[in-house]
Amino acid sequence: MIVMADVTVTVGWYMILAAVLFSMGAAGVLLRRNALVMFMSVELMLNSVNLTFIAAGNELGLVEGQVAALFVMVVAAAEVTVGLAILVAVFRRRSTANVDLLSELKG
Amino acid sequence: MIEVFLFAIFALVALAGAVVMLTARNPVYSAMGLLVTMFAMALFYVMLDAHFVAAVQILVYAGAVMTLFLFVIMMIGVDKKEERVETIPFQRGITFVVALGLAVVIILAGRQAWVTGSDAFGSPDMVGTIETVADSLFGTWTIAFLSTVFLLTIAAVGTVALAMFGPTAVQSTDEEEGA
Repeated sequence: MIVMADVTVTVGWYMILAAVLFSMGAAGVLLRRNALVMFMSVELMLNSVNLTFIAAGNELGLVEGQVAALFVMVVAAAEVTVGLAILVAVFRRRSTANVDLLSELKG
Repeated sequence: MIEVFLFAIFALVALAGAVVMLTARNPVYSAMGLLVTMFAMALFYVMLDAHFVAAVQILVYAGAVMTLFLFVIMMIGVDKKEERVETIPFQRGITFVVALGLAVVIILAGRQAWVTGSDAFGSPDMVGTIETVADSLFGTWTIAFLSTVFLLTIAAVGTVALAMFGPTAVQSTDEEEGA
């Protein structure tokens, strides 16, 4: 499919880009201590999965990939509202969003 | 050919946005990096003929979700820089190795299916307009759509409850129970 002088963007390119972005989101969750930035990293992971859904749906000629991406968006929006509300409630009590300082349950 | 150039440019833009999100010490810069990545994603969706999802991506993610993030960042201390001291030994190195391994595993595991592809279902000229998406969403997937209505209602009620019954309100109810 990939021929010199006539290169086309295949579904594999999108999949590899989505895999790299997903790994960067996972690295953000592991690396950052600010709970807000950890939430953003989770959003990046969800977005990269959306990209795989839509690329695969385009490759197969199915609209279901886009429908799945829409459902992922809805779940991500619900998750982020509840998560940020919890974060604000934690911040009002503890005055920090650093997950290293929120370790009271640590054994 | 122009598709290849667009893909290359916006793949670099998306990756740069993700790198900024990962490395910026100020959470506002992290949010801006994620915003850049979201816009690049919307362009990829257009290139993949998912026009309606691209519009929703910009409206919901770049519009609503990132605005919510920025509100919360402004509320809970944009002035506090994140400390760079590693509390867990070798956290950065381990994170790099884990993330790299994850990317390699995903790419290796999916390589067969992606490179060979599949055109068994045919009709490569499917375009994700509002009509085609809505036909599927309100036809085959009506039950799933209705369950997202429940999910969003529960999320809205939960958010309001968390905001209303915060630390002070919880303490007052505790006192009433104790008295």
